[in-house]
Amino acid sequence: MRTVVRVTERVEETPSTVTLRFPFEPAAAPGQFVMAWFPGDDELPMSLSYTTGPSKGITVKAMGDTSRRVQAIRPGSPIGVRGPYGNRFDLTPRHILVVGGGSGAAVLAPAAEAARLGGSSVVVALGATRAPELLFRDRFERMGARVEVATDDGSVGVHGFVTLVADRLLENERFDAVWTCGPEVMMRKVVDAAASRDVPVYCSMERHMKCSLGMCDACALGPFHVCTDGPVFSSELLARVPDFGRFHRDPSGRRVPF
Amino acid sequence: MGCVVADLKVRFAGLELRNPFLLASGIWGESGDSLAGAWAAGAGGVVTKSIGSLPRAGYPNPTIETYERWGMLNAMGLPNPGIEEYPREIEVAQRAGATIVGSVFAGDAAEFARLATQMARTGVSAVELNLSCPHAEGFGTEVGGTPEDVEEIVRAVAGAVKIPVIAKITPNTSDPAALAQAAERAGAAAVSAINTLRAIAIDVHLRRPVLSHGIGGLSGAAIKPVGLACVWQIFEKVKIPVIGIGGIMTAEDALQYVMAGARAVEVGTAVAFEGVGVFGRLARELSSLVDDLGYARLEDAVGVAHRSA
Repeated sequence: MRTVVRVTERVEETPSTVTLRFPFEPAAAPGQFVMAWFPGDDELPMSLSYTTGPSKGITVKAMGDTSRRVQAIRPGSPIGVRGPYGNRFDLTPRHILVVGGGSGAAVLAPAAEAARLGGSSVVVALGATRAPELLFRDRFERMGARVEVATDDGSVGVHGFVTLVADRLLENERFDAVWTCGPEVMMRKVVDAAASRDVPVYCSMERHMKCSLGMCDACALGPFHVCTDGPVFSSELLARVPDFGRFHRDPSGRRVPF
Repeated sequence: MGCVVADLKVRFAGLELRNPFLLASGIWGESGDSLAGAWAAGAGGVVTKSIGSLPRAGYPNPTIETYERWGMLNAMGLPNPGIEEYPREIEVAQRAGATIVGSVFAGDAAEFARLATQMARTGVSAVELNLSCPHAEGFGTEVGGTPEDVEEIVRAVAGAVKIPVIAKITPNTSDPAALAQAAERAGAAAVSAINTLRAIAIDVHLRRPVLSHGIGGLSGAAIKPVGLACVWQIFEKVKIPVIGIGGIMTAEDALQYVMAGARAVEVGTAVAFEGVGVFGRLARELSSLVDDLGYARLEDAVGVAHRSA
């Protein structure tokens, strides 16, 4: 069942990302997602970037036509919300490396906040194309996480991919777990880097999604479905997915290389 | 599977299934891994997503509206990777040992025959013709909704392939049994019934249909009595085996279909409520139920309700 709510707040987080806040009572945990329907337009799976309290939030990156239209939504506009769906990040690790690429930080920020509240220490490797695109950098710093950044253009932090930062951190520190979200090729690199050091990785995965109920098979990921088995998958489970970081499926179900 | 007592094996139309619970078309069947997963979870066989000539994205979201346990409305719009791409998915399921029924949809009899031929080449055990999707322009009910259409399409396919042809017919007509009779005349090995009931959901706050396509198809517990009635009437009119579909959530639901005349059943919406583990549970429960009722074999219960009607 859907709830129709009105957007209460619109925040431009970076030049290409916008957060929409809306009242939505059901309890949600970091890692979970909702199906957000923009009437007259698409319904999209969106990880919650704000999970606590009665005001939830989603953070949308400008990718295609739909996301640009979603970004233009103003406070007062109605949206349909169903969920929350999916699993959550396990908050028990005591020392956590968070690796966020692009809009991946949207789901990692509330998870890191919850971990900090639980007394865990968090180090964040945050990557973006350029300095102003670093999503939730302030939010991570406010929660008391140590943040190290990388930009593709070198405008701030390490010049290059965030995996360089993650790799160095994994080399120098002993983490109990790695949480990551971002481009899948990046996540695969993070998984490979952590595997050699025997650190478990939890990836927030994305696939084209339709029903979100584990029925239509659109979000098939090897033997799993992102909607009901995920969206958070351990590196142990992803070892059973040869397509991880290599192929996804288009809306027709055809395998397409990344 | 725990303490299996009664024999759930079913044999009909050249098929031999380890139990009567087939994964219904449209559920989990877009990828080979998922077909294999349903088989591993205990399905008696798996029916693929309906496959067409070309890759098809389906309709934009929203494609689904959920209700409480009683039902679900969908208009996916026949998304599928297309017949050129799909054999690799079937191969994955075949490596897992699954009994596979290939579902196809097409715009006319000639296209049906060509697709069924391509599907048969993959080595599937049977082909199911989607004559009944209630919400796709130029396909499903629109091309297979009358006895004349059913007869023409089934005849073309039955003449083109050697494997059993199953006609999946629509309930959105005044006389579903007439569709089954047409299928039988044209050489179908079996009929499956029913597909979803044409339906729509409206959001009053937004003053618009919920699904992007407007019209969709209702499935789940709400439609079980409708499916039962169709199977009941079809059983009285045809000699070929019937596969029952519609709202099966429990072993008793399945046995109702069997007693109405079904040799096997397909399960779809229950997977959304319970996951694919539903197959193992249904098989265990049906085995006990059949045993409790004094049948040695499920097949002994086929159509028995007609004797006292």
